Amino acid sequence: MLEPQNNSFVMYDEEFQRISVVIEKLLRESNSKVIFLVDKNGQLIANCGETEHLDTTSLASLTAGNIAATGGLAKLIGEKEFSILFHEGEKDNIHISIIAQRVILVVIFDHRSSLGLVRLRVKKASDELAGIFEDLAVKAAEMEKTGNVDSPFAEITDDDIDNLFS
Amino acid sequence: MSFINYASREINCKIVYYGPGLCGKTTNLQFVYQKTAPDAKGKMISLATETERTLFFDFLPLALGEIRGFKTRFHLYTVPGQVFYDASRKLILKGVDGVVFVADSQEVRLDANIESLENLKDNLEEQGYQLEKLPFVIQYNKQDLPNCTPIEELRELLNPDGVTEFTACAQTGEGVFETLKAVAKLILLELKKGGAAG
Ligand SMILES: Nc1nc2c(ncn2[C@@H]2O[C@H](COP(=O)(O)OP(=O)(O)O)[C@@H](O)[C@H]2O)c(=O)[nH]1
Ligand SMILES: [Mg+2]
Repeated sequence: MLEPQNNSFVMYDEEFQRISVVIEKLLRESNSKVIFLVDKNGQLIANCGETEHLDTTSLASLTAGNIAATGGLAKLIGEKEFSILFHEGEKDNIHISIIAQRVILVVIFDHRSSLGLVRLRVKKASDELAGIFEDLAVKAAEMEKTGNVDSPFAEITDDDIDNLFS
Repeated sequence: MSFINYASREINCKIVYYGPGLCGKTTNLQFVYQKTAPDAKGKMISLATETERTLFFDFLPLALGEIRGFKTRFHLYTVPGQVFYDASRKLILKGVDGVVFVADSQEVRLDANIESLENLKDNLEEQGYQLEKLPFVIQYNKQDLPNCTPIEELRELLNPDGVTEFTACAQTGEGVFETLKAVAKLILLELKKGGAAG
C-alpha cells in the first residue's frame, strides 16, 4: 500500500474510546493478561491489562519489526502476509494478528487461557476493530477534504521547537 | 508517517539513520542515549550480531517534551549498513518521517557512501517517497580521523541539493545532537505546513 507522503495517522477521542471498549472486552472474554494495538510502523495505539511492568514502547517497535520481517518472508514464498503469528513461551504466550491490513493486535496470555479461546475472541474483536479503523479513515479523509484540519502544530514557532531540546 | 493521537495528546515521529556499514549510526544513537535524562528516554534496543554489527535495527524512543500541550516523541531507528541487508533496510524505512544520512568521511569509504545514498533513494522511491520531499539532513562523521575526504568534495558528491549538513565525531558526540535537532525541527515544520490528517 502506498501511503502518500507527509500524511499523519490521526487518532481522535471518540474512536480511541471505542477501541478501548473493544480491547477491554477482549481482555476479559479471552482471559488474557495484556492486549495492545500497534500501528504497522511501530507506534503504540492503545493497550490494556497488566502493562505496569511492561516496556510497551519497545514491545510495539519489536512487534512491528516482527510483522514486517515475517511479511517479507511471506512475500518471498509467494504469500501476501501471515495474518496470525503465535509465539509460545514457558509461562506466557503471544498471539499476534493483523487487522484490516494496517493495525497489529497483540494478545499476551498464560495458562489461564488457551490458544483456542484467544483465537475465537480475537476473531470477533478484529471485525469490530476493523470497523472502527474504517470510520477513522473516513473521518480523517473528510477532515482533510473540508480543510477542517485543526492541527496542534499550525501555530508552532521556532521557539517552541528550540525549547524541546533545551 | 507521524502519528497524532488527540486522545492521549501525543505525537510520534520516526527518524531513520541511514548510511554505509560502520559509518557510525549506532554510535550516534548510543551517544544520544547516554546524554538523555532517564525520564526522557526509553530502553535502547539493538538487534545485533554477536560481533555487535547491527542485524535488523537499533531503536531508541525519546520523549522530548510538550509542544502546544502535545507530548512529542521521536522514535530513532538505524538500519544495518551492509549491502546484503537490503530487505531489512526497506522494512525500517516504512512510515519514516525524517532521514539522517550518516556519511563515513574517510577516503576509503567514499564509494560506499555514494552507493548507500543511491540505495536510500531507491528504497524510498519503491515506497512512493521522494528523498527531496522528506525532512533530510546529512552528517559527515569520523572527522577526527586523518584520512578524510575534504568537506567540499563530500558536499559535491553527497549533497548537491545543499540540505542541512553537519560535521561530526559520533564517538565523542560532536555534532550528534546538532544533527538530531535539525532533522527533528524539519519534521515539526513539515507538520506545521499541514498534512495533519489523512
Ligand atoms: N574514529 C571514529 N570512530 C567512530 C566514529 N563514529 C563511530 N566510530 C566507530 O566506528 C565503528 C562502527 O560504528 P557503528 O556505530 O557501529 O557503525 P554503524 O554500522 O553505522 O552502526 C565503531 O567502532 C565506532 O566506535 C567517529 O566519529 N570517529
Ligand atoms: Mg549499527
